[in-house]
Amino acid sequence: MKQVFKRPETLIKTTTHFCPGCHHGTVHRLVAEAIDRLGVREDTIGVAGVGCGVFLYDYLAVDVCEAPHGRAPAVATGIKRVNPEKIVFTYQGDGDLASIGMSEVVHTANRGENITVIFVNNSVYGMTGGQMAPTTLLGQQTTTSPRGRDFHYDGYPIRMAEMLATLEGVAFAARVAVDKPANLRKAKQAVNTAFEMQAKNMGFTFVELLSACPTNWYMTPLAALRRIEEEMIPYYPLGIFRQRKAADYL
Amino acid sequence: MEERIMLKGSVALAEGALTAGCRYYFGYPITPQNDIPEYLSLHMPERGGVFIQAESEVASINMLLGAAAAGARAMTSSSGPGISLMQEGLSYMAGSELPCVVVNITRSGPGLGGISPTQGDYKQATCGGGHGDYYLIVLAPSSVQEMYDLTIRGFELADKYRNPVMILGDAILGQMKEPVTLRDAKPVTYDKPWALTGPKGRKPQLVKSLYLKDGEMEVHNWKLAEKYRRLAEEDTMVEVDEDADADIAVVAYGSCARIVISAVEMAREEGIRVSRIRPITLYPFPSGEIRRVSEKVGRFLTVEMNTGQMVRDVRLSVAPGCDVRLLARPGGAIPTPQQILAEIRKALE
Ligand SMILES: Cc1ncc(C[n+]2csc(CCOP(=O)(O)OP(=O)(O)O)c2C)c(N)n1
Ligand code: SF4
Repeated sequence: MKQVFKRPETLIKTTTHFCPGCHHGTVHRLVAEAIDRLGVREDTIGVAGVGCGVFLYDYLAVDVCEAPHGRAPAVATGIKRVNPEKIVFTYQGDGDLASIGMSEVVHTANRGENITVIFVNNSVYGMTGGQMAPTTLLGQQTTTSPRGRDFHYDGYPIRMAEMLATLEGVAFAARVAVDKPANLRKAKQAVNTAFEMQAKNMGFTFVELLSACPTNWYMTPLAALRRIEEEMIPYYPLGIFRQRKAADYL
Repeated sequence: MEERIMLKGSVALAEGALTAGCRYYFGYPITPQNDIPEYLSLHMPERGGVFIQAESEVASINMLLGAAAAGARAMTSSSGPGISLMQEGLSYMAGSELPCVVVNITRSGPGLGGISPTQGDYKQATCGGGHGDYYLIVLAPSSVQEMYDLTIRGFELADKYRNPVMILGDAILGQMKEPVTLRDAKPVTYDKPWALTGPKGRKPQLVKSLYLKDGEMEVHNWKLAEKYRRLAEEDTMVEVDEDADADIAVVAYGSCARIVISAVEMAREEGIRVSRIRPITLYPFPSGEIRRVSEKVGRFLTVEMNTGQMVRDVRLSVAPGCDVRLLARPGGAIPTPQQILAEIRKALE
């Protein structure tokens, strides 16, 4: 009988530290599948941002470098410039990438650095206990927006994929969700495309994945899935915002 | 064949980096060190290397972290405020045991301060500078030749100990021109089996500084401490110009030590018996040599271009009862040989 579903070689067989219903595990799997698909596990170096994804090295069988909070794209730049023929990716949360690391991701994208950025947008700071993130939705209660995010006080949630898509250095910028099979298939495609484009030296590739943090949303995993569909996707539209056809900038 | 040419301090330093096999430079403009990135932006690519003008010093130090993790010899240079912005990255690099060279051509401070020569960053450089229990290896050149030599040595020490090295200079050392002998001996290199190159034919590797499990961090701290102990034992550098019958010893480093040479010559012409000590490594501090000299000389004079930072290390090093005085000129002011001579005379009254 033909085996149609198995653990990707890149995904280490272990239990994770993620909370029930957390999507970090799902996103790890998508990354592992993309690496397997290209057959580049032995040539891949990941850079883990600071957040619940920091233990990347416990779950993916690739070389991993920890980066200071927000600086993963700069660290990945250094690694990629030394190893231009290797596959280099960062794995970052929304506090890491859209708040403290905004400068690094924008300039790395603008330089057209040939790396892939995996951006897990769960609209809160997971690791530190559910504080407000730049991506927290208006009205969303967090431990530092107890009355709900109010734009008069805190400004608006940032749409990273669209913003980065305006930069010439960007080869691919997409937003996907991992809440249900139909979206998951597109998410898988987007992650595959991003890694494939990097392998073809096409420039900076970026995938934002709308994900659940049931723990800090104070929800059951099921309710969290519904929230992605009902509250996140309406504000954060899914789609590909930029896709270069060839490495024409070179 | 060894070649002797006239070079500006910053160019000698940049050439030293290239000689050491450094092929990656990341930096952000700030006076008074712009000659270094300007020179390397031209010459690094010519020698097959990479020069990136980063968007900030925060980005520079983290690009450096990445390049170092990938096993390359890499450097950045900056001054005052830029060095302050790099402290988190330096702490991560010390914690992750990554080698690199960071050049600080100092500005006076605090704040935006001034750009004239100063030694106000001694404390920041020699106490680690960022958070946590670590130190940088700090080298203090005193001539253009040493801007070249100590940069090469810096890359060797960084790799030997897997620790960031700081070259602490100032605008005098960066700007002045002197003859330099270029080396043709190959720099010492070290295998880096820990480097991140992708897990081809081996287990996946990890560069990290996070230790959450019970007791893990303490073990790591003691490992680093042992490394710093070995560093002090094997690689402390100091220049001692000793008069066996000296009545006083003068301690100074960097450009300030040059002025002390003139002052000591003037004192000796007057018949004053004086020894001169110049720390070349500021961390590890040459406490042993200072202690040894202080067993015979009861009076010390420390000369610094700040309000008095190294003097604390001198006081901790000398034998009990030794009188340690201070001549301090902060804020870009430079002590004159006459002023130093007057202090020597006063100390001997
Ligand atoms: C310089 C610095 N500031 C703050 C922190 C504390 N910190 C750790 S993780 C984190 C936020 C993580 O949130 P996010 O990036 O959204 O990732 P998640 O945990 O939600 O996956 C913060 C603020 C830190 N490690 N370093
Ligand atoms: S806190 Fe949130 S992001 Fe972190 S593991 Fe739990 S569910 Fe996932």
